[in-house]
Amino acid sequence: MLAPNFPGRKEDAVRRVSITVNGAEHDLDLDPRELLVYVLRERLGLTGTNVGCDTSSCGACTVLIDGESVKSCTVLGVQADGQEITTIEGLATNGSLHPVQEAFKDTHGLQCGYCTPGFVMATVSLLRETPSPSEEQIRHGLEGNLCRCTGYHNIVRAVQQAAGVGV
Amino acid sequence: MIAETRAEARDAAELVQVEYEPLPAVVDPERALEDGAPIVHDDFGTNSCYTWKLSAGDVDEEFGNASVVVKERYRQQRLIPNAMEPRGVIVQPFPATGELTMWSATQIPHIARVTLSMVTGVPEAKLRVVAPDVGGGFGSKLNVYAEEALALVLARKLGRPIKWIETRTEGYQATIHGRDQIQEIELAATSEGKIRAVRAKLTVAMGAYLQLVTPGVPLLGAWLYSGAYDVVAYDFECTGVFTTTTPTDAYRGAGRPEATYAIERAIDALARKVGKDPVEIRRLNFLREFPKTIASGLTVDSGDYDAHLDAALELLDYDAVRKDQAERRERRDTKEVGIGFSTYLEMCGLAPSRILGAIRYGAGGWDAATIRFLPTGTVQVLIGTSPHGQSHETTFAQIVADQLGVGYDEIEVLHGDTAVTPLGMDTYGSRSLTVGGIAVYKAAERIVEKARKIAAHQLEVGEDELAYDGGRFTANGGALTTKEIALQAWTAHNLPDGMEPGLEASYVFDPENFSWPAGTHIAVVEIDTETGNVDLIRYVAVDDVGKVINPDVVAGQIHGGVTQGVAQALWEEAVYDDDGNLITGSMVNYLVPSAAEVPSFELGSTETPSPTNPLGVKGVGETGTIASTAAVMNAVVDALSARGVTDIDMPATPERVWRAVKEVAS
Amino acid sequence: MIPAPFDYEVAESVDQAVELLGSRDDAKLLAGGHSLIPLLRLRFARPALLVDIGRMDDLRYVRDAGEQLAIGAMTRHNDLQHNPLVQEHTPILSHTAGLIGDPQVRHRGTIGGSVAHGDPASDLPTVLTALDADLVVRGPGGERTVPAEEFFRGVFETALGPQDVLTEIRIPKLGAAGWTYVKFTRRAQDWATVGVAAVVRRTNGTIDAAAIALTNMGPTPVRARAAEGALKTPDDAAGAANVVAQESDPPTDTSGSADYRRHLATVLARRALEEAISR
Repeated sequence: MLAPNFPGRKEDAVRRVSITVNGAEHDLDLDPRELLVYVLRERLGLTGTNVGCDTSSCGACTVLIDGESVKSCTVLGVQADGQEITTIEGLATNGSLHPVQEAFKDTHGLQCGYCTPGFVMATVSLLRETPSPSEEQIRHGLEGNLCRCTGYHNIVRAVQQAAGVGV
Repeated sequence: MIAETRAEARDAAELVQVEYEPLPAVVDPERALEDGAPIVHDDFGTNSCYTWKLSAGDVDEEFGNASVVVKERYRQQRLIPNAMEPRGVIVQPFPATGELTMWSATQIPHIARVTLSMVTGVPEAKLRVVAPDVGGGFGSKLNVYAEEALALVLARKLGRPIKWIETRTEGYQATIHGRDQIQEIELAATSEGKIRAVRAKLTVAMGAYLQLVTPGVPLLGAWLYSGAYDVVAYDFECTGVFTTTTPTDAYRGAGRPEATYAIERAIDALARKVGKDPVEIRRLNFLREFPKTIASGLTVDSGDYDAHLDAALELLDYDAVRKDQAERRERRDTKEVGIGFSTYLEMCGLAPSRILGAIRYGAGGWDAATIRFLPTGTVQVLIGTSPHGQSHETTFAQIVADQLGVGYDEIEVLHGDTAVTPLGMDTYGSRSLTVGGIAVYKAAERIVEKARKIAAHQLEVGEDELAYDGGRFTANGGALTTKEIALQAWTAHNLPDGMEPGLEASYVFDPENFSWPAGTHIAVVEIDTETGNVDLIRYVAVDDVGKVINPDVVAGQIHGGVTQGVAQALWEEAVYDDDGNLITGSMVNYLVPSAAEVPSFELGSTETPSPTNPLGVKGVGETGTIASTAAVMNAVVDALSARGVTDIDMPATPERVWRAVKEVAS
Repeated sequence: MIPAPFDYEVAESVDQAVELLGSRDDAKLLAGGHSLIPLLRLRFARPALLVDIGRMDDLRYVRDAGEQLAIGAMTRHNDLQHNPLVQEHTPILSHTAGLIGDPQVRHRGTIGGSVAHGDPASDLPTVLTALDADLVVRGPGGERTVPAEEFFRGVFETALGPQDVLTEIRIPKLGAAGWTYVKFTRRAQDWATVGVAAVVRRTNGTIDAAAIALTNMGPTPVRARAAEGALKTPDDAAGAANVVAQESDPPTDTSGSADYRRHLATVLARRALEEAISR
């Protein structure tokens, strides 16, 4: 490590945190500046959560903290101490895709797939809060996620299928 | 700066003090051609990079005799492609053998290997390039980038793996941009609005340094400035100009959205001038007999433009929307509705190698496939195209499953690795199915051909006595499946005399022509004339992309392409200040639309198979983008035309719309 | 992008936070992080110490305080949007909270963090200014209350001193007053090009009082006093809107020029007033 670049920095700023990810508890020594998304990707090897921007705009890094969607690029790993994180890897159960994942697959709701984990997690959170959303509620519920391939048309269909509304 | 962790590299880079000497900036291509403009490359003495011309027929005479001349000037603003996955490269050196493997988020592993070998001196035979699952490209990854060469050279020098991942804001400056051209287009027409001649002149920003296809991109539109319309004389001129900006290069549609925009906007201007409905003027001018050699010299394969126009009008219920528009005007509603058409014609399926040679591209336009029938009955399909979201695994497996009569799930499509699929020209220009897919089809034909010989031999009948259906050869009550034959070909116990064992075939396909998708797109916008806000409320698209292999994949390409084109019309613009700083430097102020900004799309289709390839396919990767920008801007102008507005620069921001409305009102 | 290094402490109480803020030059409070972390990542902010108050659940509440609602500073936008007390007594606040950023931002971002950041493009400061909210601040000298209109001092500048912690927001209940917040954006997730908050108190067809405040029309939320004064009857909406930009000093950026923003504020104010009057 390089020398700390300001006076008075503690010798070792590392903090011990305990984070539950997809049901498994992890005790980690984190540099406070580590973003949650890199903790997930690089420390825990959960590379399904992607980084698409550096301005909290694209939502590719969306995960659930205590069941609610958040952009994991805008959360410090140390802020997640004691909390429960769900990533895309934690959705499937016993080898079966989560209904939202299944719906994205069925409706051709993805093309390159890079934004997809973020969209799936945002959708899980949206449907938890609004179980039978209108098309407008779906579109606004996903306003924090950007996709460049699908034009969102089939993503909206996927959410409708997962919610059991519309066609 | 090389370090062991991301954070260390970032901290260390901060310790480097760079002293910059500011040089004069010139960001606008027309300004760059003026006397006294700062010169980007002193040794050239001018910012003019090239001028390229194409002329056919007596254009001057047609303009001299024309009853009506329309002269328009449009600006194609600069765009940032925004593939969702930023670029990234990892190089693993194998010092013992001198081999290097590069994983790169690229559209073009094959072209990258050739180019990087030439640039770095790593022998091509020692270099393996892998394009793993790549998160979108849209042309931005159709380039060989400095970071790839750097990573390669550093890994070789250090004998350690090197990884570089682009950040988004870095990508906005360092990954290629698209468009950025000034278009002047003139139409010579009869008093009824029949177009006789087209003249188009482009001034295009190249950026500071030419990338892989920079100067060629606007020329891909060179033949298309007469659109889907029958004209007798044609004149095209393009000047590429150096500017102190990020280089431009291929962005979805590359040259053809620009051409379509110019002709589709201009034909609406002509319609207004001669007092015709936009539908009527298009019908008056459509190409109607195919194959048809158009004024610019290329031959359009097939089409039926009235068919998709009719279908689109019906989907829209044109009369009802026009009625709504009239009623709003009647009651002086502050919210106006506009209807915009784009009856586009596209040339894609890049490309006949000889034509690429004629416009001095550095490579051919062919593609390759190998099909390997394995002894246990599963099939490997090795393709030279390199998908990054286009579903080649799905579509190409369908082609092979149909021909070989094996289950879709028994086929493995392999791509994007020069060690596995050494021959290929990669993915861009809506070429994968129309070129690579044909190579797959032809290779499968060769498999069936060889299997037929083995079947005839083992069933002891003549080849022409065999019926073949669904993977099964039958004759005189005997039958053999392709899977059984695959095992026989592997054991080689009982093959015809002199036959090579194994059931594997390759094909390299070089297309004889481009393919020519066409269609009608109709946009309906609602404009709040007080705020200037434009809301896209409906979008109808009826496309003729020839034979469709997978309707879901085709629809997905259209949805995404349309959205990118709509985004150019309404939201996206890369803006530089006069000092050459990119102001729209992040996703916060470069406005990629979200789901909340666009509607669901209403799609239809018509089909005229291409006669120039055995599948009859035409390509669909770019149609949506090519068609939609013009449709939306025609709708914006249509909404305000009764007030006297004839043009608004893209993107049609609320402020631009407000100013346009204000200007005509005063 | 990676933030520059910093130290990190979790405060268990407001007093401890105040103390920690005083322990080091250039210490900063971290709440939900949705204003600060983007700046850290771009290294536009490089504090030596972050004091995390985001997990102080005793600052996450909405209480009925008689004439006012008392809202803890760590209450999240999503809480404000869905809280029954907020919906009943200050519905403009829950409406506005639902327009901030996107769902992910609303799940993490807090009212205290948003207010303390002092971004003139933020929605909540405008609404609090229109509502004449009081902001409760604890610092080394104890607790004090600052009216919203005096709290915002400039772009990213507030009445908070280096050791101050914003703990509570007190908002007068709206009662029967008509209200709305109109936000104009290019995309749903964007900051407001312009926002207009309007609160109108009426009796029998006359306007008793009106409060109008503007987002992104100057370095702080702008209280449109001239327009408030011009609104005497329900028919005055257009006339009042015409002078709504009088006190403003809007920026020019890629979302719009100052001229356009002034025009937009006028259009939005007329609509907001019409809606507030009829609600």
